[in-house]
Amino acid sequence: MALFSLYGIRLAGMAATVPGPREHTADYTWISRKERESLIKNIGVETRRVAPRGVTAADLCVAAAERLLENLNWDRREIELLIFVSQSPDHLVPATACIVQNRLGLPHSCIAFDVGLGCSGYVYGLSLAGSMMQSGASKKALLMVGDISTLTTSYRDKSTYPLFGDGGTVTALEFNQKAPEMHFNLQTDGAGYRALIIPDGGARNRMSRKSFDIRKVSKGMYRSRLHLQLDGIEVFNFSLREVVPNVKSLLKHAEQTMDGIDYLVFHQANRLITETLRKMLKVDPARVPYSLKEYGNTSGASVPLTMVTQLRNQLTTGRLQLLLSAFGVGLSWGSVLLETDRIVCPEVIEFTK
Amino acid sequence: MDIDTFIKRIEEEFDDLKPGVLKPGTRFREVVEWNSINALILIAMIKTEYDVTLTADDLIQSKTINDISSRITSRMEP
Repeated sequence: MALFSLYGIRLAGMAATVPGPREHTADYTWISRKERESLIKNIGVETRRVAPRGVTAADLCVAAAERLLENLNWDRREIELLIFVSQSPDHLVPATACIVQNRLGLPHSCIAFDVGLGCSGYVYGLSLAGSMMQSGASKKALLMVGDISTLTTSYRDKSTYPLFGDGGTVTALEFNQKAPEMHFNLQTDGAGYRALIIPDGGARNRMSRKSFDIRKVSKGMYRSRLHLQLDGIEVFNFSLREVVPNVKSLLKHAEQTMDGIDYLVFHQANRLITETLRKMLKVDPARVPYSLKEYGNTSGASVPLTMVTQLRNQLTTGRLQLLLSAFGVGLSWGSVLLETDRIVCPEVIEFTK
Repeated sequence: MDIDTFIKRIEEEFDDLKPGVLKPGTRFREVVEWNSINALILIAMIKTEYDVTLTADDLIQSKTINDISSRITSRMEP
């Protein structure tokens, strides 16, 4: 099991951007009113932000970074690491991180690359950035995690369309000898790769005319092979099987207990999953914040978006012990235990072109 | 596993279900509107209360409350 600790990495600040346009589950007339009510109650999504055509995850992340850098007062020449974690890059080629390096005016000495992970992306991104900084590659880093999931959901597929929302985030990290340790537990099970998949458009199944054909999958569910497919029960059972042991091993590794954690922030998969996990871990609701109701499942952005929108006050004024746990597409999952101390965190930004 | 307790727990999960309607031999798809959310609600309850994981296949192959109950029992740790 990939259990490890990093030292000297300080979370200096974070910011999040969401698109302006809102969609309400109550208005999703593809399904009956009763189903909509059940969706709001059990899946937990009331509204979602949907990016207009042409607005990308990178746009949202860059807007967040501009605001954060302004507030942090960092010298951009010192930022020598930029990681962009997303499954909705600007182009198939080149890596979006390269474009963003230039847009933000970061130096040519900056390492920049993309990571193609979704739900688990924030935890993986923190571990990657932290490891590279610990090796001395860079003293300051930006970790961007964002997705435009609504681009690939089919309106006539109730398993995805009313669930996903768009968002982009940035987290600023700096090397500081005095920073407390960060503990990680990262895992993968690619046997379940079909549980969340866009089948066509990559090298395995090249895009063809047939890729666009809308097919009936089951009663009331239609989509093409360029749409995101989600096997709800498979993802549900995977989450319930893997997340709790992962979190418990992490706590043991870090010699911590759940009582010592101020907040447990889950990937905002859906309310049924996260509430079941919360009960299994015996954590009271007050310590498990949600952004799901307002923003939906925002893929990799969901953990940092939840922190910015639900814990901003606590993050900016005090010291917090946080356990972040993210799981999904891949199948890939991981948890991190970290301490924050009065970080810079502007209010969530609404994107306008 | 006590079937009455199991039925009571199902009744608590589904608002539409009037107490007393559900019997061990009831075909659950006929009393609960069967969709993916309700399947997840049932799976979540069984995982939380009995620490047993039911798959999509388990649900497809189960017809009555009794069928589900025996699948749970066969997988519960002694």
